[in-house]
Amino acid sequence: MIADDLQTVLPEILIAAYAMLALMFGVYGGKDRVGGLLLWTTAAVFVAVALWIGYGPNETRTAFFGTFIDDGFARFAKVVILLSAAAILVMSQDYMARRDLLRFEYPVLIALAAVGMMVMVSAGDLIVLYMGLELQSLAMYVVATLRRDSAKSTEAGLKYFILGALSSGLLLYGASLTYGFAGTTEFAGIIAAVGEGDVPLGLLFGLVFMSAGFAFKVSAAPFHMWTPDVYEGAPTPVTAFMATAPKMAAMGLFARVVHDAFGGVVGDWQQIVAFLAVVSMFLGAIAAIGQTNIKRLMAYSSITHMGFALMGLAAGTAFGVQAMLVYMVIYIAMNVGTFAFILSMEKDGRPVTDIDALQMYSAKEPTKALALLVLMFSLAGVPPLVGFFGKFYVLRAAYEAGLGWLAVAGVIASVIAAFYYLRIVFYMYFGDEREAMDGGKNPVLWSFLMASAVVMVFGVVNLFGIEPLAAAAAATLVN
Amino acid sequence: MAQIVLFAPLLGALIAGFGWRIISEQGAMWVTTGLLFVAALFSWIIFLTLPGETQQIEIMRWISSGSLDTYWAIRLDRLTAIMLIVITSVSALVHLYSMGYMAHDDNFREGEHYKARFFAYLSFFTFAMLMLVTADNLVQLFFGWEGVGLASYLLIGFYYRKPSANAAAMKAFVVNRVGDFGLALGIFALFFLVDSINFDDIFAAAPEIAETQMTFLWREWNAAEVVAVLLFIGAMGKSAQLFLHTWLPDAMEGPTPVSALIHAATMVTAGVFLVCRMSPVMEFAPAALAFVTFLGAATAFVAATIGLVQTDIKRVIAYSTMSQLGYMFVAAGLGAYSVAMFHLFTHAFFKAMLFLGAGSVIHGMHHEQDMRNYGGLRHKMPYTFWAMMIGTLAITGVGIPLLYIGFPVGFAGFISKDAVIEVAWAGSGAGFAFWTLLVAAAMTSFYSWRLMFLTFYGEPRGDRHTHEHAHESPKVMLAPLGVLALGAIFAGMIWYKPFFGENEKIATFFNIPAAEEMADAPEHADEGLGAAAEELAEGDVGAAVEAITEDTGGEGEGEHHHFAFGGAPGDGAIYIGPENHVLDDAHAAPAWVKVSPFVAMLLGLALAFQMYIRRPELPAKLAENQRPLYLFLLNKWYVDEIYDALVVRPAVGLGRLLWRRGDGNVIDGGINGVALGIIPFFTRQLGRLQSGYIFTYAFLMVLGIALLITWFTIFGGAN
Repeated sequence: MIADDLQTVLPEILIAAYAMLALMFGVYGGKDRVGGLLLWTTAAVFVAVALWIGYGPNETRTAFFGTFIDDGFARFAKVVILLSAAAILVMSQDYMARRDLLRFEYPVLIALAAVGMMVMVSAGDLIVLYMGLELQSLAMYVVATLRRDSAKSTEAGLKYFILGALSSGLLLYGASLTYGFAGTTEFAGIIAAVGEGDVPLGLLFGLVFMSAGFAFKVSAAPFHMWTPDVYEGAPTPVTAFMATAPKMAAMGLFARVVHDAFGGVVGDWQQIVAFLAVVSMFLGAIAAIGQTNIKRLMAYSSITHMGFALMGLAAGTAFGVQAMLVYMVIYIAMNVGTFAFILSMEKDGRPVTDIDALQMYSAKEPTKALALLVLMFSLAGVPPLVGFFGKFYVLRAAYEAGLGWLAVAGVIASVIAAFYYLRIVFYMYFGDEREAMDGGKNPVLWSFLMASAVVMVFGVVNLFGIEPLAAAAAATLVN
Repeated sequence: MAQIVLFAPLLGALIAGFGWRIISEQGAMWVTTGLLFVAALFSWIIFLTLPGETQQIEIMRWISSGSLDTYWAIRLDRLTAIMLIVITSVSALVHLYSMGYMAHDDNFREGEHYKARFFAYLSFFTFAMLMLVTADNLVQLFFGWEGVGLASYLLIGFYYRKPSANAAAMKAFVVNRVGDFGLALGIFALFFLVDSINFDDIFAAAPEIAETQMTFLWREWNAAEVVAVLLFIGAMGKSAQLFLHTWLPDAMEGPTPVSALIHAATMVTAGVFLVCRMSPVMEFAPAALAFVTFLGAATAFVAATIGLVQTDIKRVIAYSTMSQLGYMFVAAGLGAYSVAMFHLFTHAFFKAMLFLGAGSVIHGMHHEQDMRNYGGLRHKMPYTFWAMMIGTLAITGVGIPLLYIGFPVGFAGFISKDAVIEVAWAGSGAGFAFWTLLVAAAMTSFYSWRLMFLTFYGEPRGDRHTHEHAHESPKVMLAPLGVLALGAIFAGMIWYKPFFGENEKIATFFNIPAAEEMADAPEHADEGLGAAAEELAEGDVGAAVEAITEDTGGEGEGEHHHFAFGGAPGDGAIYIGPENHVLDDAHAAPAWVKVSPFVAMLLGLALAFQMYIRRPELPAKLAENQRPLYLFLLNKWYVDEIYDALVVRPAVGLGRLLWRRGDGNVIDGGINGVALGIIPFFTRQLGRLQSGYIFTYAFLMVLGIALLITWFTIFGGAN
């Protein structure tokens, strides 16, 4: 019995055990000197576990009395989380090492965050959900303040922590309200208790509070306020990490709860999600225009993109979840490439985050500028790049679910958002001559940037077969 | 061979258009001209050796979509062959002529390259025109139809620095759109009715179409009538018939060789060709044919009246073209398709010649086009003078009436135009068509001779300097005139029989199967019809029979001859229905009818001689006395002004409104306002909101919760 349960959670246990071992090794084995080694090992473990999960048996299993669910949806999310985390780890090695930030705790904390995220997407119970969420959050608070001697970094970490605590409080409050009405914390029990049709207002309050907690994690407006500050303050690799894996985890968690626990009252939570989606899209698009720091810009960019992903979720259908998953994968692929570029932006060995520094970049680095151009067009959703198909998917999902107004709003928002993406391209190709940045000839970053750009171009053929996988994953969640 | 004829001009156009930098402008000119002469040679071979039955030469599979399945094929029958020789011969001569005419052009700056472009356009036009006439289905025809429209647009606007040329090019294009709309609708209607666009299928289905009713513009109509009228609207646009004619005079802004090729000999006759090509359908639409006849006659008359007072040498010829096209439509409308083609054929020669002659005059007079500034040029340019003289003799219809020596004797125009007028008499019974055409013939004679007298006789007028430097044109320009002169003199006499001779000759020429010959056919038409009825009664519908008796007095023939056109629609190059005996009636026209056009010509000549040679002050006086009439004609019946007030101005006004108010103020203003005003405002507000203070952030989160809770309390859940 217990053996079966352990078998089911084996990947999580494995990474947790690895994290503890790595911690011990780091503490007793040479402190920060082994940072690089640990980083590579962690990335390797992530990839190995991702492959193991990805090629594992395709069945739905539950463990610990249904509080932990290992289904197609969870596996899809976990693979994405682990692979993106591994990619960010590899990309950050050089940057961290050269700025003396490559502490041995960094990969360990990332590993713990990964365990938390995996638990989040597999949660079948409110308590397990909270456990995973907190594990991930606590790890992230620390990582955000990794640069202890920088006021900005510590401020960012502190803000993140306090606001995160507030959101956790809201989430817990919502969970307790739900428990109060449903009499159970298990999703299977909640969905049975909620039933279909009219639900008591108290339960809806619980749903609203919990949604606020999730929205904080996916940085959806109006719970997004931490995002720009933390993105700017945290070391760039950490920003890159925050922009990718945790977003997938939080989005998966959100989808898990609304479908598994509240699948009977789609009409109710649809309003919440649609509200979050439309506010996020417009706020992210409009506020980003005023930004001069590329990391803050990417913060608002991610807010807009989360709005689009939520639009898929708002559809409340299996196709909506599929669209959301496809959108998230594309979003992460684009962000990995973009952050690979941002990580390579430096001058005299110091990182540069000013957008102005990109002026006439094409004259100096035509290849990289072209790659960034592709990524920016893709982020803006210009056909025929892959980013367009992500948007197309969620728009279609929303429209088919009868949310035509939301789709129209999405199109308008994406037009506004196109402005700041295109402005970067404009600077690179038509800007004023400036003192150029350094070349930044890191082969790892270069290859990630190029790979991402190439994927954006050639992915249009069949999106690398993501669609059927996402469809299968969505089918296990929504039924 | 037909493929070579079709593709040689295209090849020339491509080489000249894209490769002239490699082979030089001179090379491009020679290549295109050479290829055109090859095409012309092959066309004549095809024409002279054409086998009886219709050939279809497939080039490639073209469209296969649903029930629309069609090949790109060359349909080679007599109609195509006639058009082939007309197009390629005139085009080849115009190419040659253009070498001289376009050698130096004041409309282009020193050192500018324009000749290769001109020749590429000319060759491209020829290709498109050949596409039109060789079409085996309506869409292919439409492709050629639009292709010649494009080439016409490019060539009218060839002098792109002249605003008037650009305006004329656009006008031609836009007016033709109206006609093309009708043609397109006609094609759609046929596809709707027959489910095919191939000529064979359509022709075979023609009797069925005639039995069908279809709804068009909220009313039930006979399908054949609707189709025929729609197709004719297309023809009206291309052939500059009344109401859609305004573009043709303006098209004279193009270089003169273009006017000769496109706006006299070939493109404008495409409408006539279309009506003849669709004769199997037209034959089943008597009302539509009556409309064609009426409009053709009206056009012939109106254009001739306007031609009386024009002073621009090219415009006079343009109106004369329009008038002659009206003649052709009258013949086609009355069912004498072979006569329409006959006039088309001869007209191509003498009208191209008149234009090229006019071009020679213009060239010699340093691009002076106003006839009032000519005069006495016959000594300065003797060859041109003689060419123009032959052209004028042909168009006015000079010949020996009532003489028949195996063929009538006279210039080409004499024979074909008299044929048209006889058909008009036969078809309309001395009615509207006959009298308008007769009056038009007198006016044609008047303005043509007026042109001659003003240009070549009398005292030199206008700029003395220009007259002193007036010179004969180079040989490359005179040679085509000579060749065309041969056509203008002999074409009518040589090809009289196949176009307007005995029915048997026509039938052989156009490959129309004979209805059953009746050895002892009764001499009276009534009995002939009775025999036909008997045949029908026997169920022999495929060869619906008409027995016809040739009139004894007809064309001086003494023998009785019984020949009836037969066959199903689409069997021959043209189809002549069993009820249609206009040709026989025309042959039976009394002598006064046959002489009348000649008399009309003499009247016009005498009047012109009186007014421009004997008393040159008379025209001015007449214009003074009859000022309203003069102005009415000079302003072309005010059609342009009416269109301007009714169509152009409202359209331009609407466009301006949508552009200034709609696009400029609302859309641009809205976008700019949003992009430069509203969004940045929100951006600033959001920037201020992002204060960096935790309490602001927390407050906003709580605010979000409060909003959602309030929303659900009021609208959601159990409520």
